Amino acid sequence: MVHLVEHFFIWLWNLILERHSHPHISQAATLKPYLNAIRETLNAAICLQNFDSQNVERHNKPEVEVKSNKELLLTPIVISRNEREKVLIEGSINSLRISIAIKQADEIERILCHKFTRFMMMRAENFAILRRKQVEGYDISFLITNFHTEQMYKHKLVDFIIHFMEEIDKEINFLKLAVNSRARISAEEFLKNF
Amino acid sequence: MTEVHDFGIAPVTCHTFDKNRTGLALSHNDSNVKIYKKSANKWQETDTLSEHGQRVTSIDWAPNSNRIVTCSADRNAFVWMLEDGKWKQVLVIPRINRAATFVRWSPKENKFAVASGSRLIAICYYDVENNWWLSHHIKKPIRSTVTCLDWHPNNVLIAAGSTDFKCRIFSAYRKEVDEKPGPSSWGSKMMFGALMAEFANGGGGWVHSVSFSASGNKVAWVGHDSSVSVVDSTKGNELLVIKDSFLPFMGITWITENSLVAAGYDCNPMLFSHTGGKLTLVGQLDQSQEKESGQIRFGRSLSWNSPPLPINGSMEEEEEETFTRVSAMNRFKNLDKKATASETSTDLKTQHQNTITQVSVYSGTKADAGKIATSGVDGNLIIWDLKSLEKSIQGLKIS
Repeated sequence: MVHLVEHFFIWLWNLILERHSHPHISQAATLKPYLNAIRETLNAAICLQNFDSQNVERHNKPEVEVKSNKELLLTPIVISRNEREKVLIEGSINSLRISIAIKQADEIERILCHKFTRFMMMRAENFAILRRKQVEGYDISFLITNFHTEQMYKHKLVDFIIHFMEEIDKEINFLKLAVNSRARISAEEFLKNF
Repeated sequence: MTEVHDFGIAPVTCHTFDKNRTGLALSHNDSNVKIYKKSANKWQETDTLSEHGQRVTSIDWAPNSNRIVTCSADRNAFVWMLEDGKWKQVLVIPRINRAATFVRWSPKENKFAVASGSRLIAICYYDVENNWWLSHHIKKPIRSTVTCLDWHPNNVLIAAGSTDFKCRIFSAYRKEVDEKPGPSSWGSKMMFGALMAEFANGGGGWVHSVSFSASGNKVAWVGHDSSVSVVDSTKGNELLVIKDSFLPFMGITWITENSLVAAGYDCNPMLFSHTGGKLTLVGQLDQSQEKESGQIRFGRSLSWNSPPLPINGSMEEEEEETFTRVSAMNRFKNLDKKATASETSTDLKTQHQNTITQVSVYSGTKADAGKIATSGVDGNLIIWDLKSLEKSIQGLKIS
């Protein structure tokens, strides 16, 4: 019973929200330059080489993670579309970390985004370049090392990240709609009783 | 104009040729060194040198004494000599405690230099009593991993690039093996380990490769800040830097006294000229190939497995935009392979499909190179005929 009432409120709330969340034209117009900027930055930043640790003998570690020599790190770059959607690109001599903050307009999107990224990061080994834990302040992080660029085409790696960013917004919107319609149906079913 | 030699999918991290270019030694990003012999324009594998414990980082084949020196991330180096058709290694004691990154024979082949991650250069020479190679260190003022080296033709000076963004010239004079050197354009006081010159191009990029010109009067290096820098010692160490829209280079070599070839992350060797106090980009050696003949204009509306045209918007405009050039051959190839008619080729337009790791002179010398060789992460070794490229590519003039 409590459950159904909760759903009813979610439905009502979303009715109000939907009224106010028509896609803005300016919003769509900024997506392309945003993704282009990321693509160009990644293209320049994924210039990685095999580099053995100069601190620990016989070790080979991603310098962007160990951060033990500051001369081997590049200046981090933040590309942001608005205050909620941004990307942090941290480069180094043999590895690169890209962290993405995904758009979260409301509570549902926040929950969905959290669940979705958690689901992926728990299976990080299946995604090759996905990092198990996100960088603080961001929702999901990728770690690309020289071993990835030796096995894969660089432009395809960049394509993958851009494609991921395009898809994750769509995916979360789709999930949100699915939650809404389900809430609507359950609310209707509930109200039939009165 | 170019010969492509495919060595599989593993990266070719470093390569070297013997004196008459019929022998080739390379490493496939692992602990083995493979020796190849040329027969009928093909490279036949003849031997594998597997004494290293970790990835081999650099190989150099001495042309006259026919010895190979290899170094590896396991902190060791070996000198290999051919005895009764077998390669036998001689111990080297470089006394380094981090990965060895680069090794080069001196021009007279009586010593070699090992660069390393322990922020030093080990100059090694042969000790007859013990039958091993002893080393002496050049330490100051190197602040980070030494990534590349090149010997001056006088057998004494050595140029070193490092990840502390600097290119330095040291004296590697050893009284045990060298005669007293005469003065050079870089200075006359040549104590062992003396810093003759130190250059920074102001950009702050890791130096990836360094090269002395054939006369030894000029030194050129490439850095991770997408720059090519040249210093001319006969003109008071005048520093010239060029930065353009290219990605960083991994290798550089002089091909004449005034021309350079650099190659790297763009997968495309580029020619630079250094004349009249100017450093200029002349052109790319790899011109993208012409598309196959029999091309037809193919639109989205004709292709059956692409989404239908949007209803709103001008139909004609939309059609114009989505027309792409697809050859009939490619169209059916793609349909068969990828279930799509569109051009979704993943290949790059350049001959190398991944980063070029090293550039070396294949025929001729640095004073007048006829052919150069490049090895790449894509597992290819490509030999470029500079003379015929110069004729066929408009505006490509080697000075």
